[in-house]
Amino acid sequence: MPHARTAIRQFILSRFPGVTFDDGEDIFGLGVATSLFAMELVMFVEQHFALQVPNEDLELANFRSVDAMAELVQRQRAAA
Amino acid sequence: MTSTFAPGGPAAEPDPPAQDRAEFRAFVDRAVAPYADEFDRAQRIPEPLLREVAAQGWWGAVVPVEAGGTGMDMVTLGDLHEEVGRGCSSLRSLLTVHTMVAWALHRFGSGRARQRWLPGVASGELRGAFCLTEPEAGSDASMVATEAVRDGDEYVLDGVKHWITGGQSAGLLLVIARTGRGPTAFLVEAAAPGVRRTPIRDALGTRASMLAEIRLDRCRVPLHARVGPEGGGLLVATGALDLGRYSVAAGCVGILEACLQASVAHTRQRRQGGALLRDHQLVRAKITDMVTQLSAARLLRWHAGRLKDTGDPETLTATWIAKYFASTSAMRAASDAVQLHGASGCGDGHPVNRYFRDAKIMEIIEGSTQIQQITIAEQAFRGLPPGERS
Repeated sequence: MPHARTAIRQFILSRFPGVTFDDGEDIFGLGVATSLFAMELVMFVEQHFALQVPNEDLELANFRSVDAMAELVQRQRAAA
Repeated sequence: MTSTFAPGGPAAEPDPPAQDRAEFRAFVDRAVAPYADEFDRAQRIPEPLLREVAAQGWWGAVVPVEAGGTGMDMVTLGDLHEEVGRGCSSLRSLLTVHTMVAWALHRFGSGRARQRWLPGVASGELRGAFCLTEPEAGSDASMVATEAVRDGDEYVLDGVKHWITGGQSAGLLLVIARTGRGPTAFLVEAAAPGVRRTPIRDALGTRASMLAEIRLDRCRVPLHARVGPEGGGLLVATGALDLGRYSVAAGCVGILEACLQASVAHTRQRRQGGALLRDHQLVRAKITDMVTQLSAARLLRWHAGRLKDTGDPETLTATWIAKYFASTSAMRAASDAVQLHGASGCGDGHPVNRYFRDAKIMEIIEGSTQIQQITIAEQAFRGLPPGERS
C-alpha cells in the first residue's frame, strides 16, 4: 500500500508541516494530535479512499499511525 | 445523504431538497415567531407545534429518505436552522440536539438499534436529547464521570447529566459514559427504569428548550444500545458536536437577522430629538454592523456546510470558525438591538430582550467562545515548525 501510505503522510504533513515520524510511529504520541485531528483523520480516510469506516473500526488504534491507517484501508478494500 | 463519518458525507450526492428556505421562512413566520415570546414565558414549546414540525419532516432532516427521513444536505439543513433560529432559538435548540442524536443513531447505531428507534426518530414521534454535559464536565467527552459497566448482555449506567436540552420531553437519550476502554456512547430510553429527570427552569436564555437534569441510577440497557465500539464515544461525541456546532452557527445567523429586522422596524418609526432614529448616523452605524455581520456569518456557515456535503475534513475548522463568528456577532447585534430599542427593549416580553438572552447562551454551548478561540488559534499554530507550536 505505498500509495495509501504516501497519501496519508501527505495529509498529516499538510496539517503539521515539518513533523518527522515513521510510518509505524504513534502520531498521537507526538504531542500534536487532538480529538479534532482524530476526526479529521477519519474524514480524510473516508473521503480520500472513498470508503466508510465500519463501526467496529472506529477506534483511535486504527488511526494512530500511517501503518495502522493503511492497513485499515487495505482491509476495507479487501472486504468491498 | 450518506452514512459516512462526516455529517453530510463524501459521496456528496445530496438528495434534491424537498423544501427550500422560502418554505422554512413561511412556516416560521406563521407558526413560530409570533408565539416565541409566549413559549419563552411558559418555558416550553407546545406539543401541537412539535407535531407540526414533525409534519414538515424536520426532525428527520439528516436521516436518509429510504430510512424514513427527509435526507437534507447540510447546506439546506443550515438554511432550515437559520430560519427556525430567527423565529425561536429554543425550538432550534430542540432540533439541534435531536438532529445530533438522529445522525449518531443512523451512522453508528447497531442494526437492532436502528430498527428499533430510527423510524420514530426520523418521524419525530421519538425525540432525542444529547447527554454529554455533567456537573463537573462540559463538552469534553474524555472527562465524563458517568459509568457504564458491562453485566452479561447488558450495560449498567450510573451518573448525572446536566443542562440537557430537550431533557424534559425527549424519549431517547444519547448518553456518553465511561467504560473500561474509555468514553462510550449509549442510547437510553427515557422511560427506562433508573432514569429520573428534573426540569431546570429560569435559565438565562433558550428558556423554552425544556432543559433537564438526567439521573441514571443502575439503569440497564441492552448491548445493542451501545453506539459505536467501546471506547469510541470520543469520536461519536466529536462528530455529533460538530453537527451541533454547525446548527448553532446557523441559529446564530437567525438571531442576527431577527435583530436586524427588529432594529430596522423600530428605528424607521421611532423619533428622538426631532428626527427618526434611522436618520441618526450613530444608529446607521449599528445597522451597518448588523448587516455586515449577518452577511459574513451566513457565508461562513454556508462554507462549512458545503465542506460537509463533500466530506472535506476542513469542515471541522470551518465549523468552529462559523460558530465563533456567528455567536459573537449575534451577541453584539442583540446588545445593539436592545440599545436601539431603549427602555422598551429591556421590557419583559419584548423580542429583542429574548434575542439578547438567547444570544448569550450561544456563546457558551457547543464549545464556549474561549474554547473556540483556543481551538482556532491551535489550527493557526499547526503550521509553525515543531517545537514552536505550544
